[in-house]
Amino acid sequence: MAVVAQEPVITQTHADVTRDVVATLGKPSTGYVLAFFSAVGLFLAGALTLLVLLKDGLGHAGYQPPIFWSVYITTFVFWIGIGHAGTLISAILYLFRSPWRTAVYRSTEAMTVFAVMTAALFPIIHIGRQWLFYWLLPYPNQRFLWPNFKSPLVWDVFAITTYFTVSTTFLVYGLVPDVAAVRDKVGGWRKLVYRFASAGWLGTDNQWRHYSRAYLYLAALATPLVLSVHSVVSWDFASSIVPGWHGTIFAPYFVAGAIYSGIGMVLTLIIPLRRVLKLEHMITDYHFDNLAKLTLLTGSILFYAYGMEYFIAWYSGNTFEQTTFWRRAFGPYWWAGWSMIICNAFVSQLLWFKKIRVNRTSLFVISIFINIGMWFERFVIIVSSLSNDYMPWAWDQLNPTWADWGILAGSFGWFGMWFLLFARTFPIVAIQEIKEMIPLPRKRGGHH
Amino acid sequence: MGRRPKVVPGVLASFEQIDAATDAIKALRAGGHRGLVVYCSHPNHELEEALETPVSPVRLFTLIGGLTGCTAAFSMTIWMNLDWPTLVGGKAIAAIPAFVVPGFELTVLLGALASVLGVILLSLLLGQRGVMYDPRFSDDRIGVFVPAGAADAPALERLFRDAGAVEVRHATP
Repeated sequence: MAVVAQEPVITQTHADVTRDVVATLGKPSTGYVLAFFSAVGLFLAGALTLLVLLKDGLGHAGYQPPIFWSVYITTFVFWIGIGHAGTLISAILYLFRSPWRTAVYRSTEAMTVFAVMTAALFPIIHIGRQWLFYWLLPYPNQRFLWPNFKSPLVWDVFAITTYFTVSTTFLVYGLVPDVAAVRDKVGGWRKLVYRFASAGWLGTDNQWRHYSRAYLYLAALATPLVLSVHSVVSWDFASSIVPGWHGTIFAPYFVAGAIYSGIGMVLTLIIPLRRVLKLEHMITDYHFDNLAKLTLLTGSILFYAYGMEYFIAWYSGNTFEQTTFWRRAFGPYWWAGWSMIICNAFVSQLLWFKKIRVNRTSLFVISIFINIGMWFERFVIIVSSLSNDYMPWAWDQLNPTWADWGILAGSFGWFGMWFLLFARTFPIVAIQEIKEMIPLPRKRGGHH
Repeated sequence: MGRRPKVVPGVLASFEQIDAATDAIKALRAGGHRGLVVYCSHPNHELEEALETPVSPVRLFTLIGGLTGCTAAFSMTIWMNLDWPTLVGGKAIAAIPAFVVPGFELTVLLGALASVLGVILLSLLLGQRGVMYDPRFSDDRIGVFVPAGAADAPALERLFRDAGAVEVRHATP
């Protein structure tokens, strides 16, 4: 049995690709409408919760000493993590010239942008006085104060705004030639909209010359950015002295976890999406096999990181570190600790089997486990570490309240709403990149 | 809406086969024709080779953007710390290692934005206007446009047909 998936022979012509992708923008199916309105419903629930928080303050969120970072920061890190797969697939795999990225990169890029957009809401929700969020930015103000640039929290503001801007730019930039292809296929008012969005793109040799070059540079700039964003997020924790946070392993550990969770979410989204949009012949076993292998790799790095955290806790001889890790597995948050280990370290190991990698049902179920496991990982790192500090008399637990769950559900609604809207408005499969892989016909026959 | 650009007179040929298009481009270039506009739905190396396209100067935008970002970030963080000196964790007031992160972020941010600005400027704003186009060029056809007066048009049409064009149209002002 072949372990390495063969690149499939594309039998479609260029005209087929345009037709099939433009067809995804037609009349929505019932499944799509149901999914969209469910997302809107969840979003409204979150918005209502936020209104109550705005009126009454963060007291509803269940904070109590010593835990003042809980579900909102957990969910912030969760969504930022999700936002890593997109740019990894679109930029890093572009530089590596991986052919399998073409069919899935647009959907993962869109997922990235909307995930980061979702994540960016959380620090603002978390600060309590949401209307003062701009205090984090360096602007001349009446207090004559500047942000503390030695703090990872301020680095994070820069890292996330940069990541959001660059990944949005990357997504929009890649869309322009595809929007032009849609413009040339549709009629009526839609043509006007797409004409405006295509920004005068005609696909001339001069346009492609500058476009392709700049795409390469964007990919080269985005590559270190992907690795840096979650590293900076990890330093929010690692540069403090809380036991369970103060580790040099944090940056690579967080980056691997981010990519793992991102690909988990990609699988959760594209498995149903390809069916709803009738793209089964474009997103095939070949793509799922490769995505699953990437999941296996990053899942195994996480497995190693979990093991290494426990080993170092024991080997360091530091009582506080040892206690924290003992309590992760057998303390009051044991359920979260074990959810994280089982869902991330163990479930990912099932992907060693090719039968599981190419079976959509099993992959979908595994992807749900990954999403759950990665949320718990952040919950464990944040809440369980804070629950036991250096002073045992101050130890306490936090139980998430309706205000936490409401905002969490709302974030899924907010994300789903944008993603679904995007999937119907813009080509979810990159038309021009797929065409680049299909040889054009020749009068002399054969291939180049 | 702006004014409709003036139509560039010339001949536009549609090709279904890539080697037919490159043959036509090579023949036109050998015949001394300049100012060709070649349409394709995707970037194609064979067309680039036939046109002998020079490397895009967009890299200059990337470089200047990146360097501006880097300089701006370090100057901003150092100046702000000197303007409001606070001792944090025993670090120096202008603690360069701590400012590497904002430095890196702004390098990437301005480098990326400048690259896109370069493309907008070079290919959309400074690009040729009023050249005949066909919607099938974004689908499965390759287009080659050559600016020419009415006198040269029949000879050019013959050249295109000989190379294997499936359709030839004339643009008249």
